[in-house]
Amino acid sequence: MNHLVLSRRGLLLATAAVAGATASAAVAGAAPPRLPVVASFSILADLVREVGGDRVEVTALVGADGDAHVFEPTPRQARQLQQARVLVTNGLGFEAWLPRLKSAAAFQGREIVASAGIAPRALPASTHAHGHAHSHGRGHDHAHAGTVDPHAWQDVRNVIAYVNNIARGLAQADPLHADHYRRRASDYVARLEALDGRIRAEFAALPAERRSVVATHDAFGYFAQAYGLRFIAVRGLSTESEPSARDLARLIGQVREERITALFVENISDPRLLQQLARETGAAVGGRLYSDALSPADGPAPTYIAMMQSNAAVLLKALAAVAPAMPAR
Amino acid sequence: MISEISQPFADYGFMRRALAGCLTLSAGAAPLGTILLLRRMSLVGDAMSHAILPGAALGYLLFGLSLTAMTLGGLLAGVLVALLAGVVTRHTALREDASFAGFYLISLALGVLLISLRGSNVDLLHVLFGSVLALDDPTLLLTAGIATATLLALALIYRPLIVECFDPGFLRLLGRQGALAHAVFMLLLVLNLVGGFHSLGTLMAVAFVVLPAAAARFWVRSVGAQMALAMAAGVLGSVIGLLVSFHLGIAASAAITLSLGALYALSLLAGTHGSVRAHRRRSAQDSVWLKTGVSP
Repeated sequence: MNHLVLSRRGLLLATAAVAGATASAAVAGAAPPRLPVVASFSILADLVREVGGDRVEVTALVGADGDAHVFEPTPRQARQLQQARVLVTNGLGFEAWLPRLKSAAAFQGREIVASAGIAPRALPASTHAHGHAHSHGRGHDHAHAGTVDPHAWQDVRNVIAYVNNIARGLAQADPLHADHYRRRASDYVARLEALDGRIRAEFAALPAERRSVVATHDAFGYFAQAYGLRFIAVRGLSTESEPSARDLARLIGQVREERITALFVENISDPRLLQQLARETGAAVGGRLYSDALSPADGPAPTYIAMMQSNAAVLLKALAAVAPAMPAR
Repeated sequence: MISEISQPFADYGFMRRALAGCLTLSAGAAPLGTILLLRRMSLVGDAMSHAILPGAALGYLLFGLSLTAMTLGGLLAGVLVALLAGVVTRHTALREDASFAGFYLISLALGVLLISLRGSNVDLLHVLFGSVLALDDPTLLLTAGIATATLLALALIYRPLIVECFDPGFLRLLGRQGALAHAVFMLLLVLNLVGGFHSLGTLMAVAFVVLPAAAARFWVRSVGAQMALAMAAGVLGSVIGLLVSFHLGIAASAAITLSLGALYALSLLAGTHGSVRAHRRRSAQDSVWLKTGVSP
């Protein structure tokens, strides 16, 4: 901790003394320690890694396949946060547990709110009321109580804004390498734009009646809005509330009525409910969508771009499948 | 009115499955609860339901939501705790309730440790709360099998078990029969809790054991009648709970547990034997009975 602060001061002094373009070359030769960054969950950590490259040392508080909705920090994570110079968060009320952790860890560094400046999507009033009708358990420290949907990274164009925010924040925290961050960010943004165009083109080809899907966790509002789909959630907003028989009955009615053919399991939800729904409606369980967490390195979604590609491919495959006949009842 | 009761079950397969699951649970767990109550071991049932958590959690962490892995894991953990508590009770000065409390706490903490070791917090809440609305064929077959085995085994050990309830010393004189009956009984308890945990989750699995039996105790005296009435109370509470969950939109496992609780509270107040009402009416005659909890 100490030597980090000292070396940072040393670097700043060096900048002041040398000034100009030669400074960064001199520092690069000395191989100074990397900038310690903590990201609140795996998707943000991937974005930071893309922007920071080998200049940053990124840790995710909620790792691959973890559920940021019901996260409980460990002392080790508090220590990581304490030693971090930069904290990257999603904002929009997603990390309700973070303020407590931040004060517990006495975090002194710079916080980058990645979603700053994007247009948040308002939650539909019905979904909101619905989420709270359940016995919410620990849901009270879970700040979806606001009325915006925090899962903004499901729209690639929002993530482009995320990346620019992260690049700006890293540049401010580590001004010596501002150019490095800016260059990497603009390369990455180019790749994200290509990804966005690809997904857009793929979904544009779907006929209008093939655009409704059911997922277990209502995390795809931005995706639906951006790419013209309709997601119907099994539960309210949270992964933590148990559905009532009424919710399930309503959903079954809806799936039958609207002839929805594809049901999805995400990496953080209870697949048993979805299988029950499939049994009852004859709709097919479509595969695994990644909403709030990346998969481990050997999975189909180890990076943000891979995650979006994998989600799009799984959705397209299920939606393009021939609609089965309604089950006889 | 009639249609509001029958329609949900007629229209939705998941309601019928949930009902079937609750029926089998009531059939197996309620008679066990009656014995548990006679032996003044209701809280042991509670402790055991927590003790199966680490086994089930281990199965879940290693094999995902696999019925077999979670059942076997829970069963092993439960049996281990029951055995250890039994050994400690028989060979040390510690009484059964205390040794159970000790072991179930250790077991529970081990479960939490296992989960935290894995690093990523896979949504174990689903395991804690179960999903009575998502019972599939294997789970239903498992609970039905457990109920069948429980009733058959109870019939076999009924006599020594009841004798031991009233006079443990007498049976100890007769030899190993009592210990064997006790061991089988604990095994049945663990089995039923594991079955219950698939539908109600570890936290409320014990509801079907304790609440119907406690309710029945206020209406009839003989052990057999208490068992039968407890089964009926379990079924009634399940139907009410599922309907409440269906019509009012309340989480199903909580609705069922609360319905069972309401039946218990009603019996406590209005039952014919040892309830608040009966006690006020004929306190003198019943006082002995009330103190011992055993019908003369």
